[in-house]
Amino acid sequence: MNDDRADRDLRPSPEALLEQSGRESRGRLKVFLGAAPGVGKTYEMLNQGRQRRLEGVDAVIGVVETHGRIETDRLTKGFEIIPKKRLSYKGRVLAEMDIDAILQRRPKVVLVDELAHTNVPGSRHPKRYLDVQEILEAGIDVYTTLNVQHLESLNDVVARITRIRVRETVPDSILDRADDVELVDLTPEDLIQRLKEGKVYVPEQARRAVQHYFMPGNLTALRELALRRTAQRVDEQMVNYMRAHAIQGPWEASERVLVSVGKRPGAAALVRYGRRLADRLRASWTAIYVETSAAQRLSENERDRIAEALRVAERLGGEAVTIPASTVADGLIEYAQNNNFTHIVVASVRRPRWLELIRPSAAHEIIRRAGDLSIHVVPEEKPRTKDKEEAPRAAASPWKAEPFVGSVGMVAVALAIGLVLQQSLAVSNIALVFITCVLVSAITYGRWPALFASFVSVLAYNFFFLPPLYKFTISDRENVVALFFFALVAVIVSNLMARVRDQVMTARERAKVTEDLYLFSRKLAGIVSLDDLLWATVYQIAAMLKVRVVLLLPDGDGVSVRAGYPPEDLLDDADLAAARWAWEHSRAAGRGADTLPGAKRLFLPMRTGRGTIGIIGLDNDRPGPILSPDQRRLLDALSDQAALAVERVNLVQDIDRAKLTAETERLRSALLTSISHDLRTPLASILGSATSLKAYHGQIDEKAQDELIATIQDESERLNRFINNLLDMTRLESGAISVRAEATDLADVIGSALRRASKVLSTHRVKVDMMPELPMPRLDAVLLEQVIFNLLDNAAKYAPGNSEVCVKALSDGVFVRVEVTDEGEGIPPGDLERIFDKFYRVHAADRRRAGTGLGLAICRGFIEAMGGTITAANRTDKPGAVFTVALPIEATVPHESVA
Amino acid sequence: MTKDLRILVVDDEPAIRRFLRASLNAQGYQVIEAQTGHGALELFRRNTPDVVVLDLGLPDGDGLDVIKDLRESGSAAPIIVLSSRTDEAGKVRALDLGADDYVTKPFGVEELLARLRAALRHRLQQQGEKPVFKSGDLTVDLVRRIVTVRGGDVKLSPREYDLLRILVMHAGKVLTHRFILHEVWGTETDVQYLRIYIRALRQKIEADPDRPQLIVTEQGVGYRLRAAD
Repeated sequence: MNDDRADRDLRPSPEALLEQSGRESRGRLKVFLGAAPGVGKTYEMLNQGRQRRLEGVDAVIGVVETHGRIETDRLTKGFEIIPKKRLSYKGRVLAEMDIDAILQRRPKVVLVDELAHTNVPGSRHPKRYLDVQEILEAGIDVYTTLNVQHLESLNDVVARITRIRVRETVPDSILDRADDVELVDLTPEDLIQRLKEGKVYVPEQARRAVQHYFMPGNLTALRELALRRTAQRVDEQMVNYMRAHAIQGPWEASERVLVSVGKRPGAAALVRYGRRLADRLRASWTAIYVETSAAQRLSENERDRIAEALRVAERLGGEAVTIPASTVADGLIEYAQNNNFTHIVVASVRRPRWLELIRPSAAHEIIRRAGDLSIHVVPEEKPRTKDKEEAPRAAASPWKAEPFVGSVGMVAVALAIGLVLQQSLAVSNIALVFITCVLVSAITYGRWPALFASFVSVLAYNFFFLPPLYKFTISDRENVVALFFFALVAVIVSNLMARVRDQVMTARERAKVTEDLYLFSRKLAGIVSLDDLLWATVYQIAAMLKVRVVLLLPDGDGVSVRAGYPPEDLLDDADLAAARWAWEHSRAAGRGADTLPGAKRLFLPMRTGRGTIGIIGLDNDRPGPILSPDQRRLLDALSDQAALAVERVNLVQDIDRAKLTAETERLRSALLTSISHDLRTPLASILGSATSLKAYHGQIDEKAQDELIATIQDESERLNRFINNLLDMTRLESGAISVRAEATDLADVIGSALRRASKVLSTHRVKVDMMPELPMPRLDAVLLEQVIFNLLDNAAKYAPGNSEVCVKALSDGVFVRVEVTDEGEGIPPGDLERIFDKFYRVHAADRRRAGTGLGLAICRGFIEAMGGTITAANRTDKPGAVFTVALPIEATVPHESVA
Repeated sequence: MTKDLRILVVDDEPAIRRFLRASLNAQGYQVIEAQTGHGALELFRRNTPDVVVLDLGLPDGDGLDVIKDLRESGSAAPIIVLSSRTDEAGKVRALDLGADDYVTKPFGVEELLARLRAALRHRLQQQGEKPVFKSGDLTVDLVRRIVTVRGGDVKLSPREYDLLRILVMHAGKVLTHRFILHEVWGTETDVQYLRIYIRALRQKIEADPDRPQLIVTEQGVGYRLRAAD
């Protein structure tokens, strides 16, 4: 049923291939189609199921109603039957097919009787065919039974034939998408025979209708319908096959059918007619609603009917569109011509001939202007029951007195002006003053107040200006005619102006919506944080659609509420289940939808080209559908924009995360290189020296042997220092450093650090400068000694031999300071802060042996753990670096341990 | 025979130079030392050493540049690379640039001396190539193109023989994938081919192809045939 038949090149059409591939992952659906109850569908289904079981296929019964028929009952023996789920509804316990149990059991094939069955309210889906779809999506094959009368598009026809309308319908698309349809056929005579033998199950409430239903004429008609429907399907399969295999088909002209949907009760029937027509023509089809200024005045019922008709169209596999236009005929003809439609289906309206002459109906107008288009005028279906709430929508909004009072006020003004002017003006001209006032009130207040103003004006004009004055009678015959035309002009003017006003208001409303959407998109573009974005979205939707909104985003394995307006954090279980279902299936769920309609809210997926990114939940306090088609479209626009913005923010976050990961990755590899180098270099010396001694000690002279042994010792110590640094760093990072602060003699600490460093400083001149009478600050001597040692080690590395390294200690009463000064090249200004970073090393020009990149990082960690600071600077007097440690004398150790 | 051989050791770590000097002296080699790439090139020009032992991580630049400069200046002296890096790419590049072998730090001094001897022998061999190669169970007669394992003849396909011949000609030395592919296939083919042929060759000449003793894999670098007995 698609519209690219024009595409007649020899490649398989993409959508035919898509359809085929879509079927690969889904379970296969086999439908046993029958013309009427009792033809033996269930029997046939069980028979084939049994056959499959004998072939070793895992086939189970999901639900089968045998209605106590022995032959059928016998066939269920040997099958595993999935137990039904018990649901209580209005005090009764009812059993339904347990879809979860089936999905969990995961058989190869499941037998599901009565596809058209309606589930007990509170089930996951209101209809069994929706259960079946979900089972198919899970990749499980389904065998099911269906009577032709339950098919949506044939529903009207069957009702007309049998005079029994079946409420339980199944969309035709289910049958169209079934992989196999098997017609279970029985001649009317045989069926009537079976009925007489009591082999046909008839529900109690249908007993009365049975005799009529099973009349040979009816059965023949039904049988023909079923045969025809099956034949049509076979036809479609062939067409699909030919398209998928690029066989040029006989589908010459591309026919397209346009069904005009209106507010009248037969709209859905009209859509079904359109679908049948399209099927016969092998045409694609579209249902259209042309929105004119009259749409403002539609009642709720009428709106629902239009929405329902459009939904029916979508269910039947057609397209549904709404377009604005000044008249139905204009919109329809223009749309049909622009989109190459060949057929238009409209409803004929029964109304008196004289009315048709004055104001031709849309159907007439369309026929008159049809041109090449074929127009199908379908008689309007007689309403079966009278619609109760036909009151126009205006009545729904409370009746207001002000416009009428205002109109009367305007008439009063006109009267006053008239009284003043009648001195200088002919009486007949004063009518113009009143016409003006009618015009103004039509613009200001709309149709009814304007008509009221016309009426009051006529009275006032008569009373005050036409003789006899101050009486509602008219003496002059000429004046009667004048007054009549005055009234006529007033009514016409008020009607015209009111229509203009309606159009202006419609246009204004649309402009407002467009403006709002534009502002919304501008607002979204400026938002960078996800939370702000979500908040703006829910607020905008709530404000524009007058509903309560929640927005859910994926979270671990499900979805959870991320924003709400009014703010809302939690959903009840039913709502959460619906939201989750909507997320998993990327389809609408909840109130007013096909799935889990018991939920309080309606949940709709937010989609972008890359998939569903979240779920919007809506609810309000009004009964009935939450959204009109208009609002639904508006919501789609809003949610599309929001979805794109959310995706954008997510992408930005992904990029940031990727950057961070890359940075971490870089650091990690630098760390690895550094550690492997620092560990391996001393190890290489140790291992090399040791193996030299072992292999050649006889051949190496004594002096060289001593050297090698000294190397082993030195390098082992170097390795030990490095490992200690690594361990210190690890302790710092894991927060395992504990500070044991006690009154400490700085001279003692500096002295022991110098002793430890004597070897690394052996080629340097060391100067110590201690201020006399230094206070004894409370600090951890072990940590401080390590810090001073690291600073000395650092100086030894970066300052050349025979230069001076100076250690100075002083106090200003609040802090004690320890300064380590060298005569090296100093620190590049850009590196002053970074040298305390882990694994950061200043690269000297000659790449002399650099440190581990840990020493200074450890210094900072230790000093900060003791509540002090460490800074690096360059000497001002000559080249060289100064490291300054400042520690508070009354040490307030911030924590027992630092993280 | 080693008495007059001069070895240039290039490393910035004094401790490493110290034990290399001690061991090499003990084995009768003369040792000259450089700390930087510049110094190495300078010493090389002046003293023309017979072997170079070169650290890849030099303070004044990459050891790879030293290899390039030496080879470009026309020297054929064996170069043994010392690398504290684990990166196979660096080794492959060093070998492709013309280094003869490598030792990964930390290493035992015997290992280095074994590589050094293999490289030197290889130079000597090239000068007067022996027609018959023997290593363990394997004998390859390069003139008559006959391969025997434990006395029995082995039938090799032409490609397998070419592969084995290249390995034999450089026995004891690591050969990079690229080098082998270039020599045997003539073009840069997929390493996968090489793996397949090596496996086929091992099936025919190794006693236990799953634990090869003759053709040894240098992971990520290439293959090495056991040096001649």
